[in-house]
Amino acid sequence: MSGSASLKSTYTPAPEHRFKVGDKVVVKTAHPPGHRRTPQYIRGKQGVIERICGAYPNPEELAYGFDGKPERVLYRVRFFQTHVWTGYAGPANDIIEMEIYEHWLDPAGAQS
Amino acid sequence: MSGTPHDHYASGHDDQAHDHDHDDHKPVNEHDDGPPGEYEIMSRAMQELLEQKGIITAEQVTKRMEQFDEEFPYHGGQVVARAWVDPAFKQRLLADGRAACAEMGAMLEAERLIAVENTPQVHNVIVCTLCSCYPRALLGMPPTWYKSRNYRSRVVFEPRSVLREFGTVLPDNVTVRVHDSNADMRYLVVPMRPAGTEGWSEEKLAGILSRDTLVGVTVPRLPA
Repeated sequence: MSGSASLKSTYTPAPEHRFKVGDKVVVKTAHPPGHRRTPQYIRGKQGVIERICGAYPNPEELAYGFDGKPERVLYRVRFFQTHVWTGYAGPANDIIEMEIYEHWLDPAGAQS
Repeated sequence: MSGTPHDHYASGHDDQAHDHDHDDHKPVNEHDDGPPGEYEIMSRAMQELLEQKGIITAEQVTKRMEQFDEEFPYHGGQVVARAWVDPAFKQRLLADGRAACAEMGAMLEAERLIAVENTPQVHNVIVCTLCSCYPRALLGMPPTWYKSRNYRSRVVFEPRSVLREFGTVLPDNVTVRVHDSNADMRYLVVPMRPAGTEGWSEEKLAGILSRDTLVGVTVPRLPA
Protein backbone atom coordinates (compact mmCIF):
# COMPACT_ATOMS: atom_id res chain seq x y z
CA MET A 1 0.00 0.00 0.00
CA SER A 2 1.19 3.49 -0.77
CA GLY A 3 0.44 6.73 1.00
CA SER A 4 1.57 8.44 4.14
CA ALA A 5 0.12 10.10 7.20
CA SER A 6 0.17 13.40 5.32
CA LEU A 7 -2.72 12.38 3.10
CA LYS A 8 -4.89 15.30 2.21
CA SER A 9 -8.43 15.62 3.41
CA THR A 10 -11.04 13.38 1.90
CA TYR A 11 -13.03 16.37 0.86
CA THR A 12 -11.69 18.23 -2.12
CA PRO A 13 -13.02 21.75 -2.22
CA ALA A 14 -15.77 22.80 -4.57
CA PRO A 15 -15.57 26.59 -4.33
CA GLU A 16 -18.23 27.03 -6.98
CA HIS A 17 -21.36 25.01 -6.66
CA ARG A 18 -24.85 25.51 -7.95
CA PHE A 19 -26.69 24.01 -4.98
CA LYS A 20 -26.30 24.33 -1.24
CA VAL A 21 -27.17 21.98 1.60
CA GLY A 22 -30.96 21.85 2.05
CA ASP A 23 -31.82 22.81 -1.54
CA LYS A 24 -34.59 20.80 -3.14
CA VAL A 25 -33.48 19.20 -6.37
CA VAL A 26 -34.81 16.86 -9.03
CA VAL A 27 -32.64 14.26 -10.72
CA LYS A 28 -32.82 14.61 -14.48
CA THR A 29 -34.89 12.12 -16.40
CA ALA A 30 -32.45 11.28 -19.13
CA HIS A 31 -31.15 8.10 -20.64
CA PRO A 32 -27.92 8.97 -22.41
CA PRO A 33 -25.78 6.07 -23.58
CA GLY A 34 -22.43 5.42 -21.97
CA HIS A 35 -21.10 5.06 -18.47
CA ARG A 36 -23.30 6.85 -15.92
CA ARG A 37 -23.16 6.70 -12.15
CA THR A 38 -26.72 7.95 -11.71
CA PRO A 39 -28.88 4.89 -11.00
CA GLN A 40 -31.89 4.48 -13.27
CA TYR A 41 -34.25 4.17 -10.33
CA ILE A 42 -33.51 7.66 -9.03
CA ARG A 43 -33.91 9.56 -12.29
CA GLY A 44 -36.85 11.95 -12.11
CA LYS A 45 -37.06 11.80 -8.31
CA GLN A 46 -37.02 14.80 -5.98
CA GLY A 47 -34.68 15.05 -3.03
CA VAL A 48 -32.70 17.44 -0.84
CA ILE A 49 -28.98 18.20 -0.91
CA GLU A 50 -27.49 16.43 2.15
CA ARG A 51 -23.88 17.49 1.67
CA ILE A 52 -21.42 18.70 -0.91
CA CYS A 53 -18.77 16.04 -1.38
CA GLY A 54 -16.38 18.16 -3.42
CA ALA A 55 -15.33 18.35 -7.04
CA TYR A 56 -14.07 15.25 -8.80
CA PRO A 57 -13.04 14.19 -12.28
CA ASN A 58 -16.18 13.36 -14.25
CA PRO A 59 -16.57 9.56 -14.19
CA GLU A 60 -18.52 9.68 -17.44
CA GLU A 61 -15.32 10.89 -19.12
CA LEU A 62 -12.82 8.88 -17.07
CA ALA A 63 -14.61 5.71 -18.18
CA TYR A 64 -13.42 6.28 -21.74
CA GLY A 65 -9.85 7.28 -21.03
CA PHE A 66 -10.31 11.05 -20.87
CA ASP A 67 -8.97 13.10 -17.97
CA GLY A 68 -12.40 13.90 -16.54
CA LYS A 69 -11.76 17.66 -16.65
CA PRO A 70 -13.36 19.97 -15.84
CA GLU A 71 -14.12 18.40 -12.51
CA ARG A 72 -17.76 18.18 -11.56
CA VAL A 73 -19.33 18.94 -8.21
CA LEU A 74 -20.59 15.84 -6.44
CA TYR A 75 -23.47 16.03 -3.98
CA ARG A 76 -25.10 13.59 -1.65
CA VAL A 77 -28.83 13.81 -2.13
CA ARG A 78 -31.42 12.55 0.36
CA PHE A 79 -34.74 11.12 -0.83
CA PHE A 80 -37.76 9.87 1.07
CA GLN A 81 -38.23 6.21 0.18
CA THR A 82 -41.95 6.81 -0.33
CA HIS A 83 -41.02 9.34 -3.04
CA VAL A 84 -38.76 6.84 -4.78
CA TRP A 85 -40.75 3.61 -4.76
CA THR A 86 -44.43 3.15 -5.42
CA GLY A 87 -45.83 1.12 -2.56
CA TYR A 88 -42.77 1.40 -0.32
CA ALA A 89 -43.66 -0.89 2.59
CA GLY A 90 -41.72 0.84 5.37
CA PRO A 91 -42.60 3.92 7.41
CA ALA A 92 -42.69 7.37 5.81
CA ASN A 93 -39.53 8.52 7.61
CA ASP A 94 -37.25 5.99 5.85
CA ILE A 95 -34.72 7.58 3.52
CA ILE A 96 -32.22 6.70 0.84
CA GLU A 97 -29.16 8.78 0.01
CA MET A 98 -26.77 8.67 -2.87
CA GLU A 99 -24.20 10.65 -4.80
CA ILE A 100 -25.32 12.66 -7.79
CA TYR A 101 -23.15 14.88 -9.98
CA GLU A 102 -24.28 18.45 -10.46
CA HIS A 103 -25.02 18.11 -14.16
CA TRP A 104 -27.65 15.48 -13.29
CA LEU A 105 -29.57 17.85 -11.00
CA ASP A 106 -32.16 20.56 -11.60
CA PRO A 107 -33.69 22.84 -8.99
CA ALA A 108 -37.03 21.38 -7.87
CA GLY A 109 -39.87 23.01 -9.76
CA ALA A 110 -37.65 23.84 -12.72
CA GLN A 111 -37.21 20.48 -14.39
CA SER A 112 -35.71 20.49 -17.81
CA MET B 1 -42.52 7.00 -13.86
CA SER B 2 -42.35 5.54 -10.42
CA GLY B 3 -39.67 3.05 -9.63
CA THR B 4 -40.21 -0.65 -9.45
CA PRO B 5 -37.83 -3.07 -7.82
CA HIS B 6 -36.05 -4.08 -10.98
CA ASP B 7 -36.20 -1.18 -13.39
CA HIS B 8 -32.79 0.17 -12.45
CA TYR B 9 -31.09 -2.43 -14.56
CA ALA B 10 -32.99 -1.32 -17.62
CA SER B 11 -31.34 -0.64 -20.98
CA GLY B 12 -28.18 -2.63 -20.50
CA HIS B 13 -26.73 -0.14 -18.05
CA ASP B 14 -25.06 -2.85 -16.04
CA ASP B 15 -22.81 -3.98 -18.88
CA GLN B 16 -21.89 -0.46 -19.81
CA ALA B 17 -21.12 0.45 -16.25
CA HIS B 18 -18.41 -2.17 -16.18
CA ASP B 19 -16.77 -1.52 -19.48
CA HIS B 20 -13.88 0.48 -18.16
CA ASP B 21 -10.87 0.23 -15.93
CA HIS B 22 -11.91 1.85 -12.65
CA ASP B 23 -10.86 -0.78 -10.11
CA ASP B 24 -13.68 -0.35 -7.65
CA HIS B 25 -16.26 -0.84 -10.35
CA LYS B 26 -15.02 -4.14 -11.70
CA PRO B 27 -17.73 -6.59 -12.62
CA VAL B 28 -18.76 -9.07 -10.02
CA ASN B 29 -19.61 -12.71 -10.34
CA GLU B 30 -23.25 -13.43 -9.84
CA HIS B 31 -23.55 -16.62 -7.86
CA ASP B 32 -27.06 -16.21 -6.63
CA ASP B 33 -29.38 -16.17 -9.58
CA GLY B 34 -29.64 -16.18 -13.34
CA PRO B 35 -27.17 -17.38 -15.90
CA PRO B 36 -23.54 -16.16 -15.69
CA GLY B 37 -22.92 -12.81 -17.34
CA GLU B 38 -20.81 -12.21 -20.41
CA TYR B 39 -17.74 -11.24 -18.41
CA GLU B 40 -18.00 -14.22 -16.13
CA ILE B 41 -18.22 -16.59 -19.10
CA MET B 42 -15.24 -14.89 -20.72
CA SER B 43 -13.28 -15.08 -17.50
CA ARG B 44 -14.03 -18.76 -17.00
CA ALA B 45 -13.21 -19.58 -20.62
CA MET B 46 -9.92 -17.69 -20.38
CA GLN B 47 -8.95 -19.49 -17.21
CA GLU B 48 -9.75 -22.88 -18.72
CA LEU B 49 -7.71 -22.11 -21.82
CA LEU B 50 -4.75 -20.89 -19.81
CA GLU B 51 -4.89 -23.99 -17.67
CA GLN B 52 -5.14 -26.30 -20.67
CA LYS B 53 -2.10 -24.64 -22.23
CA GLY B 54 -0.20 -25.07 -18.98
CA ILE B 55 0.36 -21.34 -18.51
CA ILE B 56 -1.35 -21.15 -15.13
CA THR B 57 -2.77 -23.64 -12.68
CA ALA B 58 -6.01 -23.52 -10.72
CA GLU B 59 -3.89 -23.48 -7.56
CA GLN B 60 -2.20 -20.27 -8.67
CA VAL B 61 -5.55 -18.62 -9.24
CA THR B 62 -6.80 -19.67 -5.82
CA LYS B 63 -3.58 -18.48 -4.20
CA ARG B 64 -3.83 -15.10 -5.89
CA MET B 65 -7.38 -14.70 -4.62
CA GLU B 66 -6.17 -15.46 -1.11
CA GLN B 67 -3.47 -12.83 -1.52
CA PHE B 68 -6.18 -10.25 -2.22
CA ASP B 69 -7.53 -10.94 1.24
CA GLU B 70 -4.09 -10.42 2.74
CA GLU B 71 -3.59 -7.16 0.85
CA PHE B 72 -6.77 -5.76 2.32
CA PRO B 73 -6.91 -6.77 5.97
CA TYR B 74 -9.87 -5.82 8.11
CA HIS B 75 -9.21 -2.60 10.04
CA GLY B 76 -12.78 -1.44 10.50
CA GLY B 77 -13.30 -2.88 13.98
CA GLN B 78 -10.26 -1.09 15.39
CA VAL B 79 -11.31 2.23 13.87
CA VAL B 80 -14.84 2.09 15.28
CA ALA B 81 -13.63 0.83 18.68
CA ARG B 82 -11.40 3.90 18.86
CA ALA B 83 -14.37 6.09 17.97
CA TRP B 84 -16.35 4.49 20.78
CA VAL B 85 -13.75 5.28 23.44
CA ASP B 86 -12.52 8.62 22.09
CA PRO B 87 -15.27 11.16 21.31
CA ALA B 88 -12.81 13.58 19.69
CA PHE B 89 -11.64 10.83 17.35
CA LYS B 90 -15.25 9.99 16.54
CA GLN B 91 -15.89 13.59 15.55
CA ARG B 92 -12.85 13.54 13.28
CA LEU B 93 -13.99 10.24 11.78
CA LEU B 94 -17.45 11.61 11.03
CA ALA B 95 -15.97 14.81 9.60
CA ASP B 96 -13.34 13.21 7.39
CA GLY B 97 -13.22 9.43 7.35
CA ARG B 98 -10.05 8.91 5.40
CA ALA B 99 -7.96 11.34 7.44
CA ALA B 100 -9.15 9.76 10.70
CA CYS B 101 -8.35 6.25 9.44
CA ALA B 102 -4.90 7.45 8.40
CA GLU B 103 -4.27 8.47 12.02
CA MET B 104 -4.65 4.82 12.91
CA GLY B 105 -2.44 3.62 10.11
CA ALA B 106 -5.29 2.44 7.91
CA MET B 107 -4.40 4.02 4.58
CA LEU B 108 -7.37 4.24 2.28
CA GLU B 109 -5.40 5.49 -0.72
CA ALA B 110 -7.79 7.15 -3.12
CA GLU B 111 -10.88 6.14 -1.26
CA ARG B 112 -12.94 8.93 0.23
CA LEU B 113 -14.73 7.65 3.25
CA ILE B 114 -17.98 8.90 4.73
CA ALA B 115 -18.63 7.50 8.20
CA VAL B 116 -22.30 7.51 9.20
CA GLU B 117 -23.36 7.08 12.80
CA ASN B 118 -26.20 4.92 14.05
CA THR B 119 -28.30 6.58 16.74
CA PRO B 120 -31.44 5.57 18.64
CA GLN B 121 -33.34 7.38 15.84
CA VAL B 122 -31.43 6.33 12.71
CA HIS B 123 -30.01 3.05 11.43
CA ASN B 124 -27.64 3.19 8.45
CA VAL B 125 -27.04 0.47 5.87
CA ILE B 126 -24.70 0.51 2.87
CA VAL B 127 -25.10 -0.90 -0.65
CA CYS B 128 -23.74 -0.27 -4.11
CA THR B 129 -26.54 -0.91 -6.58
CA LEU B 130 -24.48 -0.28 -9.70
CA CYS B 131 -21.67 -2.74 -8.96
CA SER B 132 -20.09 -3.50 -5.61
CA CYS B 133 -18.22 -0.42 -4.38
CA TYR B 134 -16.87 -1.19 -0.94
CA PRO B 135 -14.18 0.29 1.32
CA ARG B 136 -11.76 -2.59 0.73
CA ALA B 137 -8.78 -0.88 2.32
CA LEU B 138 -10.76 -0.66 5.55
CA LEU B 139 -13.05 -3.69 5.54
CA GLY B 140 -11.16 -6.15 3.37
CA MET B 141 -12.72 -7.91 0.41
CA PRO B 142 -16.50 -7.61 0.19
CA PRO B 143 -18.52 -10.68 1.14
CA THR B 144 -20.35 -12.54 -1.61
CA TRP B 145 -23.77 -11.44 -0.40
CA TYR B 146 -22.76 -7.78 -0.71
CA LYS B 147 -22.00 -8.35 -4.39
CA SER B 148 -25.11 -10.41 -5.04
CA ARG B 149 -27.85 -9.02 -7.22
CA ASN B 150 -30.35 -10.07 -4.57
CA TYR B 151 -28.84 -7.75 -1.93
CA ARG B 152 -28.05 -4.91 -4.31
CA SER B 153 -31.50 -4.74 -5.82
CA ARG B 154 -33.59 -5.42 -2.70
CA VAL B 155 -31.93 -3.44 0.07
CA VAL B 156 -32.74 -0.14 -1.63
CA PHE B 157 -36.49 -0.68 -1.82
CA GLU B 158 -37.21 -3.15 1.00
CA PRO B 159 -34.37 -2.53 3.45
CA ARG B 160 -36.34 -3.65 6.48
CA SER B 161 -37.07 -7.06 4.95
CA VAL B 162 -33.42 -7.54 4.04
CA LEU B 163 -32.28 -6.47 7.50
CA ARG B 164 -34.74 -8.87 9.07
CA GLU B 165 -33.14 -11.69 7.08
CA PHE B 166 -29.86 -10.72 8.74
CA GLY B 167 -31.61 -10.89 12.12
CA THR B 168 -31.86 -7.12 12.48
CA VAL B 169 -35.39 -6.04 13.32
CA LEU B 170 -35.95 -2.31 13.68
CA PRO B 171 -39.01 -0.59 15.11
CA ASP B 172 -40.89 1.77 12.80
CA ASN B 173 -39.83 4.83 14.80
CA VAL B 174 -36.20 4.20 13.80
CA THR B 175 -35.46 5.74 10.41
CA VAL B 176 -33.73 3.33 8.05
CA ARG B 177 -31.21 5.33 6.07
CA VAL B 178 -29.90 3.47 3.03
CA HIS B 179 -26.73 4.72 1.34
CA ASP B 180 -26.25 3.82 -2.29
CA SER B 181 -22.48 3.94 -2.72
CA ASN B 182 -22.94 4.76 -6.39
CA ALA B 183 -20.11 7.13 -7.29
CA ASP B 184 -16.89 8.32 -5.64
CA MET B 185 -17.50 7.92 -1.91
CA ARG B 186 -17.17 4.85 0.25
CA TYR B 187 -19.10 4.35 3.46
CA LEU B 188 -18.59 3.05 6.97
CA VAL B 189 -21.35 2.61 9.54
CA VAL B 190 -20.43 3.56 13.10
CA PRO B 191 -22.78 1.35 15.15
CA MET B 192 -24.09 2.24 18.59
CA ARG B 193 -22.00 0.91 21.44
CA PRO B 194 -24.07 -1.71 23.26
CA ALA B 195 -24.81 -1.42 26.96
CA GLY B 196 -22.70 -3.73 29.08
CA THR B 197 -19.41 -2.83 27.37
CA GLU B 198 -18.43 -0.12 29.86
CA GLY B 199 -14.74 -0.27 30.71
CA TRP B 200 -13.89 -2.61 27.84
CA SER B 201 -10.54 -2.18 26.11
CA GLU B 202 -10.47 -1.07 22.49
CA GLU B 203 -9.27 -4.52 21.55
CA LYS B 204 -12.18 -6.19 23.27
CA LEU B 205 -14.63 -3.73 21.72
CA ALA B 206 -13.17 -4.39 18.27
CA GLY B 207 -13.99 -8.05 18.84
CA ILE B 208 -17.73 -7.40 18.60
CA LEU B 209 -17.40 -5.10 15.57
CA SER B 210 -17.78 -7.57 12.75
CA ARG B 211 -17.66 -6.55 9.13
CA ASP B 212 -21.43 -6.92 8.86
CA THR B 213 -22.01 -4.41 11.67
CA LEU B 214 -19.95 -1.83 9.76
CA VAL B 215 -21.98 -2.36 6.59
CA GLY B 216 -25.08 -1.96 8.74
CA VAL B 217 -26.85 -5.26 8.15
CA THR B 218 -26.38 -6.30 11.78
CA VAL B 219 -25.71 -4.52 15.06
CA PRO B 220 -22.98 -5.40 17.57
CA ARG B 221 -24.07 -7.70 20.37
CA LEU B 222 -22.43 -8.94 23.54
CA PRO B 223 -21.14 -12.51 23.31
CA ALA B 224 -23.78 -14.91 24.58
